[in-house]
Amino acid sequence: MFNFRTSLGQAEFENPIFTASGCAGSGKELAQFFDLTELGAVVTKSIMLKARSGRATPRMAETPSGMLNSIGLQGPGIDLFLEKDIPWLREQGARIVVSIAGESVEDYAILARKLRAVQGISALEVNISCPNVENRGQVFACQPATARAAIEAVRRNIGGDLPIIAKLTPDVTSIVEIAEEVVAAGADALALINTVLGMVIDINTMRPKLAGKTGGLSGPAIRPIAVRAIYQVHEALPNVKILGMGGVASGRDALELILAGASAVSVGTATFGNPTAVIKIKEELQNELIAHGFDSLREAVGYAHRKEVNL
Amino acid sequence: MMGINKNASQVIAEIVSNKKVGAYHHMVFAVGELAKFAKPGNFVAIAVGGESSSMVLRRAFAIYRAFDRGTNGGLLEIVVAPHGAGSTWLTNQSVGFKVDLIAPLGTAFGIPTEPIRALLVGGGYGSAPLFGLSEVLKNRGCRVDMVLGASTAMKIYAPLDGKRSVSSLTITTEDGTTGITGKVTDVLPGIIETNQIDIIYSCGPMGMLEAINQIAAELGVVHQCAVEEAMACGIGVCMTCVLPIRGEDGEIRMLRSCIDGPVVDGSSVIWSSKRQIPEGTWGAN
Repeated sequence: MFNFRTSLGQAEFENPIFTASGCAGSGKELAQFFDLTELGAVVTKSIMLKARSGRATPRMAETPSGMLNSIGLQGPGIDLFLEKDIPWLREQGARIVVSIAGESVEDYAILARKLRAVQGISALEVNISCPNVENRGQVFACQPATARAAIEAVRRNIGGDLPIIAKLTPDVTSIVEIAEEVVAAGADALALINTVLGMVIDINTMRPKLAGKTGGLSGPAIRPIAVRAIYQVHEALPNVKILGMGGVASGRDALELILAGASAVSVGTATFGNPTAVIKIKEELQNELIAHGFDSLREAVGYAHRKEVNL
Repeated sequence: MMGINKNASQVIAEIVSNKKVGAYHHMVFAVGELAKFAKPGNFVAIAVGGESSSMVLRRAFAIYRAFDRGTNGGLLEIVVAPHGAGSTWLTNQSVGFKVDLIAPLGTAFGIPTEPIRALLVGGGYGSAPLFGLSEVLKNRGCRVDMVLGASTAMKIYAPLDGKRSVSSLTITTEDGTTGITGKVTDVLPGIIETNQIDIIYSCGPMGMLEAINQIAAELGVVHQCAVEEAMACGIGVCMTCVLPIRGEDGEIRMLRSCIDGPVVDGSSVIWSSKRQIPEGTWGAN
């Protein structure tokens, strides 16, 4: 019997296929296409302290094997989210990973306090790397000191044993350096990678196509960047669990991230093209793992790092 | 009118007809049961480019007509303007080819319970959903007048059987190649007054909808419009197709045109925002 179970920090999951934050709405939008309990977990859209309108439009541009988005974390704010979205997800029996984003270290501390006693949450994804903010200085994960401060604020305020997953950007000189910093600050696991900062210029208007000018690139176009980042971080920190994401559109793609070192895989942009992509990917991944001779998912995690053995 | 369309489902649908009509393609898909849930105003989202395509997003098209044929399976018809790589790929597919299709999505035009006087206004292939709507309205005893406009004659979509369902059809083209030279908005005030129009239903480019809304507001006519915003997913998860809409509570929110639209009350849209976040919008900072 194939063992598909996985874990991130202290949290256990039935299978390793999750949604990606910001790619599953409130859960309701996808629930009409499949049962949310089929997922390893639903990762919610990164929620902030207050309601947020997001950025002006256009917010999206399709690119070769990918897309650029500049949503700007539109959402209802933590209080309405806890009042409406979380109870609904709980009723569905879904495993929930709540993603949070702040504008300041203090925001992260308050968000953590508001979430510490909430029932039915399996883990906390701390998004410190959203590229769609006005000020690049607000991308906490771009500097070791700010990355550390945000994660420390969550660690100090979350209490209990709710695992903290720090979400990082590959848009840095050394992602390993940032990873080591947030783990030292108390992150139990890492989410790799957030979207990659990009731009599209409309050749008719001869101006940037997105209202926010820059946007986050996602989709299969960035998969090699994700694989590289996961591989590097797993090599440096083999005992820290990784939730991998970046352009996964098939079971084969998910396996690639797992071999690089991911213990679970989030599916984002593929859901935009196909609402049932997560289900397809989950089935394909299990078939791929079995076809490659693995008896469990755990055996495959980081398998690309194995030492050559000459017999 | 608002909220997730619970009737939406994902099917593999065979192309049963694909005909060039003027600048457009009229395409028919065998969709099975879901056809019976499709209402005028709803749309479909179709995956394009095939399995190994570099186009990762679906393309959205307004439903032109839907036929529920019982055990024979239902049909959905759309009108496609092949102006991008995805829509061009779709129109190049032959009868018998199967596509991944999700429908019906989004909100539908509200149908009055009284037999009132309706004016349907379409721009370019935006006329497509209006023919199905006119049949529904006519069956309710409404008088239906229609105005279609485009830049040139080739871009007017007005099939013969569609024309039968309306009491009058006025056509405008900007280059004068057919009908009245000008824009739809040039003829609207006259028709609204002459035919004592109670409600306007419109579909087309945002600039046209805004101009229609202004006329509707000035003349005190109810206006329902199907908006056109670029979508990535069509099912409400990507948050890209938003536009500012004033709710019944007076609050302006950035709502998704795929879930809370495409059909919205014209007077609720903050047309003046010009794609910016209007001041005072819920959550604006």
